[in-house]
Amino acid sequence: MKVAKKTIKFLAIAVIALITTTSFASISGNADQNHNVQNHDGGQVNTQKEVTDYIQHHLKDSHDFTFFSYTSEEGERKHFGFSLPVILWSSEGLVTFMSSEFHHNDDGHVIVEKNGLKFAKIHSKIYELNSDAATVSFDETHHATNAHKVLDFSITKSVVGILLASLLMFLGFSALAKQYKTREIPKGLGRALEPLVIYVRDEIARPNIGEKKYKKFMGFLLTVFFFIWILNLLGLTPLGFNVTGQIAVTLALALFTLVIYIFNGSKDFWAHTLWMPGVPYILRPILAIIELTGFILIKPFSLLVRLFANITAGHFVVMSLIALMVTMKEAFGPVASTGMSLVLALFIMVIEVLVAFLQAFIFTMLSSLFIGMAVEEHEHH
Amino acid sequence: METLLNDFSPGLFAMQIVILIILLFLMKKFAWKPILNSLEERETGIEDALLAAENAKKEMQNLQADNERLIKEARAERDAMMKEARDIRDNMIAEAKEDAKEVTASLIEKAQASIAQEKQAALAELKKNVAELSIGIAESVIKKELSSKQDQLDLVEGILKDVTLN
Repeated sequence: MKVAKKTIKFLAIAVIALITTTSFASISGNADQNHNVQNHDGGQVNTQKEVTDYIQHHLKDSHDFTFFSYTSEEGERKHFGFSLPVILWSSEGLVTFMSSEFHHNDDGHVIVEKNGLKFAKIHSKIYELNSDAATVSFDETHHATNAHKVLDFSITKSVVGILLASLLMFLGFSALAKQYKTREIPKGLGRALEPLVIYVRDEIARPNIGEKKYKKFMGFLLTVFFFIWILNLLGLTPLGFNVTGQIAVTLALALFTLVIYIFNGSKDFWAHTLWMPGVPYILRPILAIIELTGFILIKPFSLLVRLFANITAGHFVVMSLIALMVTMKEAFGPVASTGMSLVLALFIMVIEVLVAFLQAFIFTMLSSLFIGMAVEEHEHH
Repeated sequence: METLLNDFSPGLFAMQIVILIILLFLMKKFAWKPILNSLEERETGIEDALLAAENAKKEMQNLQADNERLIKEARAERDAMMKEARDIRDNMIAEAKEDAKEVTASLIEKAQASIAQEKQAALAELKKNVAELSIGIAESVIKKELSSKQDQLDLVEGILKDVTLN
């Protein structure tokens, strides 16, 4: 236990040190910034459009980790946070640099040259410019015409969130696992975590998968449940993560469920899916198509969209309600608009805490339900 | 839908898959397996303990039932013994009574028999005395009455009359 505590302390200190040094680095980096560049989030967010843009920007993944930004008295835009490594698979192979090289620009005006290639960041996506282009040119719908997307394996804010959640999970639950070596009933954090593990096992896995087979899937279900829950909760903190609102993340999670239940499908499951017994022969191929689309497309799709949409909508609503403070100031005055926004945002925040749990629960629940359907063995009549 | 597809980041997707696979592996090895095993061990332990308690309770009940049965048997045995003793006593008394009755009866019989004998003897003696006395009386009467001839004739005649009548 002592060793574990020391490592946690060490890690915490290391993280804090890293944050402070990189944030100072980024602030000092910004100081030399050329201010001819038009910054997209150039200061105040006042109008409806700016609010919407700001929210849209938040909902997307980000290449920097910014806690907050402000404009100094000299009119300089300062960002407090730290830059993250950008790792790209470009036409010339692997390219890496720090995200601070974009100087927080998000509309393609800052061009980073690496290995003879030019990169620009437009709406949180990194584009590689065509070799003959010097700047990004846009068409009327604001699509880049002389640049294309690259495969972006950057440690983005979402990846940091995923790593943070993974680290928290690993530390918390391995500590709980260690406690069992010395005592029967855990204490401290473990006492809070243990009922959650039992909850997932007894309320989600056992009833849906069945007493015989649930054990095999416990690792996946527990991991996914706590992963989603922790990330949902992290999304509600001022750190501003929106990991479970990234469709790439929810797609990956849903694909895991799909792969697990496809590869663990029992003979009965495949027989019932592909050649439904007790139905006229003519209908069987049609049913097979319906069942297959259901299992391979619709079920995972419902899983991934449900989580994505719920979390995105939650963030959108909370941010919009906070923005009421700004947008309603003209109509109701500063006190009333602030009060209204505070009360409403608080109310929705409380609901979002519930939703954070609920969505993790539903995802795990439905995953175990689908797994249960696939592994079920029917009694032959 | 287009914005959704546009927002989809293959890089993040790949990172998520890789991290999740590693996380799954690590969590399974270092957290879930030991946690679930210990939970199961604890649960089976509790179940066993409950079962043992239940068994002990049952055993206690059995013992109690045994004790009660033994007590009941002992009581029944005692009752049987008492009954037997009473029967024996009653029998003895009855036999004694019977014996006494027989003894008295035989005594009475003997006494009656001796009384009857005595009586017979006394009667015989009395008869003998009465006969001797009446013979004596008759002798003297006859001596006096048959002094005349007529008288003797009358008597014979009377006797003869009686004989023919008989």
